Amino acid sequence: MTRKRPDVNELKEKALKIRRTILKMLQIAGSGHTGGSLSEVEIILSLYNYELLHNPKKPDWPQRDRFILSKGHGCPTLYAVLADCGYFSEDLLWTLRKMKSKLQGHPQRDISLGLEASTGSLGQGLSIALGLALAAKMDNRDYRTYCLMGDGELQEGQVWEAAMMAAFNKLDNICGVVDNNKIQIDGFLKDVMNIEPLAGKWQSFGWEVIKADGHDFLSLMDAFDKARAIKGKPSVILADTIKGKGVSFMENKASWHGIAPKENEVKKALAELKK
Amino acid sequence: MEIKKVPTRDGFGKGLLELGKKNKDVVVLSADLTESTRANWFKSEYPERFISCGVAEENMMSVAAGLALEGKVPFCCTFGVFAAGRAWNQLSISVSYMDLNVNIAGTHGGISVGPDGATHQALEEITLMRALPNMMVVVPADVIEAKKATIAAAGIPHPVYLRFTRSGVPVISKEEDEFIIGKAKTLKEGDDLTIIACGNMVFEALEAAEILQRQGVSLRIINMHTPKPLDEEIVLKAAKETKGIITCEEHTVFGGLGSAVAEVVCQNNPVPMKLIGVKNRFGQSGTTEELMKYYELTADDIVKRAKELLGV
Repeated sequence: MTRKRPDVNELKEKALKIRRTILKMLQIAGSGHTGGSLSEVEIILSLYNYELLHNPKKPDWPQRDRFILSKGHGCPTLYAVLADCGYFSEDLLWTLRKMKSKLQGHPQRDISLGLEASTGSLGQGLSIALGLALAAKMDNRDYRTYCLMGDGELQEGQVWEAAMMAAFNKLDNICGVVDNNKIQIDGFLKDVMNIEPLAGKWQSFGWEVIKADGHDFLSLMDAFDKARAIKGKPSVILADTIKGKGVSFMENKASWHGIAPKENEVKKALAELKK
Repeated sequence: MEIKKVPTRDGFGKGLLELGKKNKDVVVLSADLTESTRANWFKSEYPERFISCGVAEENMMSVAAGLALEGKVPFCCTFGVFAAGRAWNQLSISVSYMDLNVNIAGTHGGISVGPDGATHQALEEITLMRALPNMMVVVPADVIEAKKATIAAAGIPHPVYLRFTRSGVPVISKEEDEFIIGKAKTLKEGDDLTIIACGNMVFEALEAAEILQRQGVSLRIINMHTPKPLDEEIVLKAAKETKGIITCEEHTVFGGLGSAVAEVVCQNNPVPMKLIGVKNRFGQSGTTEELMKYYELTADDIVKRAKELLGV
C-alpha cells in the first residue's frame, strides 16, 4: 500500500491547533505534563496523518498498525490527535484527568477510543510493542507496531531488555521513536543521568538508527519511510525535539515537565500559537 | 508405607504439553530457567510457540501482555522470587491493569526449595499477587492438581499466578477429582477445628488430622488451592461449624493465605485462629526436610498449634 504524503502546510496548521488544544486541556485539568506533550506533537501527527494504517471509524480493525505511547504522561497530545482524526468527539478532551473520564491521567487501554495499551509506568511500552510485533510474526500478519518513548525513559533497564530481544528476534515490523527532548523532571538528562551516546547504544543492541528533526514533518516522514524499508532488524528514529516546543517561556525548561499552565499563561501561550 | 512424592512443577510441565496439543494460541515464555520450570517439555514439542526471553523477567511480563492483546494465551515461566518480586510492577500495569489472560508460573515456591537458600526460595508471592486487582492466585496441592490448574488457568480470561514446588510433594488427589479455580475442597470432615491449607501443606494437614484422630480430636481439612479468589463460603461454614481455624502455608504469614482467611473470618464471624507459616524470616540452605522442621511447617507443628487452640 502506498502512502500519500499530506500537505506540510496543512500539517503545520494542525500542529498549531493541537498545541492550542493541549494547553487548554491541561489548564482545565489543572495538572498534567506540558513540556513532553508539546515536544511530541509533530511525531504523533506524522504517525496518524502519514505513517499508520488506521481507520478511526473502525478502531479495532485487525489490520491496523499498532501505536503504543510508552511515555504515557504525554497522553494529552495522543488524545488531541485521536480526536482530530475522528476517533471520538473533542468534547471528551475537556474531561482529561477528571473523575470517571475515559481520558485518564495516563492512558488506559480502550480500543474503542484508539488507545492500544495502558502505559505510564515508564519502560514497559517497548516490551508490550514487542509482544504485538512477535504475535504478528508468529501469525504472518502484516501490521506494523510503533512505540514512542521519552529519552528520560531510556534510563529504565527494561527498555534495553526489550531492545535486546527485538533484535534477537529480527523484528523488522517494530519501529521505536525517541522523543529526544533532553530534559526529564529533575533537569537535563546530562545532569540527572546521561544516556549518551544514544545512537551508539541502539546500534550496539542491533537496531537500525535513523535520525530526524522531531519538529520537521518532512524529516519525520522521510525517517518513517527509511524505517519501513529496513529488513531483518528493528529500527529506531531518534527524533531531536525541544521540550515545551512552540511556547517561548516553556521551551527547554524542566520546570514545565509536570505542571499545567494557568489561565494567564495559556492566554500568553495561545498568542504565540497563532499562524 | 512409601508415599509417592512428585514436584508440582512436573504437573505444570504436563499441563503445558496438553494445552499445546489442544490450544494453538498457547505460547510459553521463559526467562532462562527452562528445564527447572519444566517449560522445556513444551519447548521440545512446540518449539515454534516457545519464546526465549533470557534473564529478563520485567521484559518477559510486558511482552506477554502484548501477546495477550493479540489473542495469544501466554505462560511466563521462572522462579517465584523473580516472577512475583522482580517483575511486580510489570504484572501490575502491563498485565493486571489491562486484565489480560497472562498466566505466570512461579516454580520453586517456599523454603522446600532446599539448598539454593534464601535468594531462590520464594516466600511472598501470594501476598504480592493477591494485592493486584484482577490477578488470581493458585497453589496446587500435588502434581495432579498442578496439571489441572495449569489447564484451567488458560481458560480464564484474567491473569493467573500459579505457584509450584521444586521438591517432591506427596500425591494426594486423583485424576478423576474435580478441580475448579476458586472452589476449595473439603478433604476430611471434622468438627473440632478446621485446617485450611494450600500447596504442600495440605498433606501435612492430613497427617496432623490422622495423629489427632487417634487422640480423639477431629479436624476438618480444607484444600484451599486458590488463595484468590478465596472460597469465602467454605471458610464461613468452617467458622460456624468448628471451634477455630488454623491456616497452613509454606509462605510468609504476612498477607498470604492465612491473612486472606482471617480477613473473611474477622469481618463476618470471628473465631479463634492460628496462622502457620514463615514468620518474618528469610529462608536458608538445607534439605527440604530439615528446613520444613526448622521453620515449623510439619504435621507435628500443626498438631501442637491445634492443641494450643483447643486448650488440650
